[in-house]
Amino acid sequence: MNDPFRQDPALLRGMTQRRLGRRDAFRLAGLSAAGLALAACGVQGKGKARPTSSAQVQSEVEKYWSGKAKNGHVDFANWPLYMDPKKPELKEFTKRTGITVTYKEVIQETAGWYAKIQPQLAAGQSIDYDLMVFTNSVQLTQLIKLGYLVPLDHDRLPNFTKNVGARYTQEAFDPGNVYTVPWASGMTGIAYNPKYIDTPPTSYSALWDPKYKGKVGMMADSQEIANFAMFALGIDPDKSTPADWEKAAAKLTEQRDSGIVRKYYDQSYIDPLAKGDIWICQAWSGDIFQKNLSDGTDLKFVIPQEGATIWTDNFMIPKTAANPVDAITLIDFFYEPAIAGSLAEYINYVTPVPSAKDAILADAAKASGADKKTLQMIADSPLVFPSDDDYAKLRTYVTFANSEDHKKFESIFQPITTS
Amino acid sequence: MSRLRAALTPYALIFPGGLWLAIFFVIPMIVMLSLSLQSGSVEDGYAFTFNWHSYADGLANYHDQIIRSLLYGLAATLLQIILGFPVAYWIAFKGGNRKSVYLFLMLLPFLVSFVLRTISWQFLLSDNGILLGPLKDIGLLPDGFRVLATPFAVIAGLAYNFLPFMVLPMYVALERIDPRVLEAAQDLYASRFQTFLRVVLPLSLPGVFAGVLMTFVPATSDYVNASVLGGTNTTMIGNVIQNQYLVTQDYPTASALSFTLMALLLVGIFAYARALGTEDVLEVAAR
Repeated sequence: MNDPFRQDPALLRGMTQRRLGRRDAFRLAGLSAAGLALAACGVQGKGKARPTSSAQVQSEVEKYWSGKAKNGHVDFANWPLYMDPKKPELKEFTKRTGITVTYKEVIQETAGWYAKIQPQLAAGQSIDYDLMVFTNSVQLTQLIKLGYLVPLDHDRLPNFTKNVGARYTQEAFDPGNVYTVPWASGMTGIAYNPKYIDTPPTSYSALWDPKYKGKVGMMADSQEIANFAMFALGIDPDKSTPADWEKAAAKLTEQRDSGIVRKYYDQSYIDPLAKGDIWICQAWSGDIFQKNLSDGTDLKFVIPQEGATIWTDNFMIPKTAANPVDAITLIDFFYEPAIAGSLAEYINYVTPVPSAKDAILADAAKASGADKKTLQMIADSPLVFPSDDDYAKLRTYVTFANSEDHKKFESIFQPITTS
Repeated sequence: MSRLRAALTPYALIFPGGLWLAIFFVIPMIVMLSLSLQSGSVEDGYAFTFNWHSYADGLANYHDQIIRSLLYGLAATLLQIILGFPVAYWIAFKGGNRKSVYLFLMLLPFLVSFVLRTISWQFLLSDNGILLGPLKDIGLLPDGFRVLATPFAVIAGLAYNFLPFMVLPMYVALERIDPRVLEAAQDLYASRFQTFLRVVLPLSLPGVFAGVLMTFVPATSDYVNASVLGGTNTTMIGNVIQNQYLVTQDYPTASALSFTLMALLLVGIFAYARALGTEDVLEVAAR
């Protein structure tokens, strides 16, 4: 899994910047009174039962979509550096359908974005976007539960139905893709700086190794640290119980108190890793890949033998969207293999469209020299197209049944990072 | 008529600012106070239940972070007085007609974003960076030595980020000292040290007092420095509150912690004002 990253820095293919702030450097956003407005003075609960039968889903879909028409425009909110700045895919879309797209990189952080849009959605106001890309998370589960997302009409998603990888139709956070379809996925694994570490780590126990005392970086995100401790203990995070969480927390506390952990990072772990402030850390696959490409570093990323977690950023349409038909047309457009391939060539995250590989290989056949090599490498990369064996090692995050569970989970893991 | 207008003028003057404060300060405070006494969750809604547990739980779970924040705030404030007083003194008495240039130079770094300045410390103080790298190479520092991810880094960052708010009030107080008072002290055979101790220092205290107020409060509730420069066991209460709001979405606990912090700071400030004798201080300041 390491070889794909040995890169000629000249082959930047426009990737001169890495994606800063996917889970954002500072959670500065959102501490606004907006978040409070909802909670002020005894607000009614907004919880809504998820449709249980497919007939019920179908009726909700019909209720929403009947009478909706194409308006010729779509406002699209996404994370920074998640598309080629020249936007070739969107240009192609406008050329073919006549629908214009306003693309804004406004989503910097899961919790911050949620805090921003939640009061507006609660009040039934437009959030100014018809389409957004959001990570599977407690916040996503809440958006679904609170009824803020449009049930997707699969009849309007023929490319999706035809081309999506089978595993993406049964995600624990939205089985059957009632409200969401994937944009891209990434893995959380171990990254290390080979300048300081000679033997590649193969197991999570490396992060508990006293010989790296003070040079280990962990993430501040409760789910991420919990997952790692559970993997180290041989527990499947997605099937874990509160008793497992306690065990994981004890393992993490021991790691912290023995001085092994230097710091709990948000996405800001990449620079310290490159500079040698930390030698080994938790990392998101695409970050390491892009850092190597953009700065010519030689950082390594491994999926440990115990397995790893995969997260997914998903398309979704907020219920107050003004142009839902245009939005769903755009969603489906990204499931054309050629378009999915073109996107993956740039962002280097896992694409939910397996046949995009052929599209990339076809591009490679047409290209020459350095470009050809890069494209070939992307098509072969297990971080863009994981094999079945790779997928078998991947687990999803803990999905909480309710906010009580989530609160309990946070109360167990947050004291570790906020000590 | 003109008498009525004269009577109304002060109210007209206070109206815009008062309205601003009422909308953006008083109302949120009331909402937050109410929130801190509610129980529930985002999905099930919140109800006002006089749930004092949020306060008790907040204190029980996070007293370490509260105490640490107060200590860090105090340490940073002291550091700022030690660093800032000589600077203010020098500009006030030795600045000549370039005083405004020096003040501008001191403020110059603060035209750059607060967050950006703090992040630049990461670069400056990195374990093998431009500062520590050479010192380690020549053997002055052991290999494992680090500044980042230590309490020292957090306190130093706090002191740095709020320094102008300490220097400016002290400068204003010092600048106002009438040179004739100093001459009088010398005429009365005071040594330079005695002049400083018995004339300059007491006259500068209102500035120090204002500086402490303006730096201790924001430093204690800051969360950027701890998250950028800190490591494990350096979390401040600001980080906890921010986490409770955005990550856990436990709004009642977050609000309760905010009010606890505010109460502690108010008590601290009043005690401090008392100890220093506010009346005297204000009197001097008004002169």
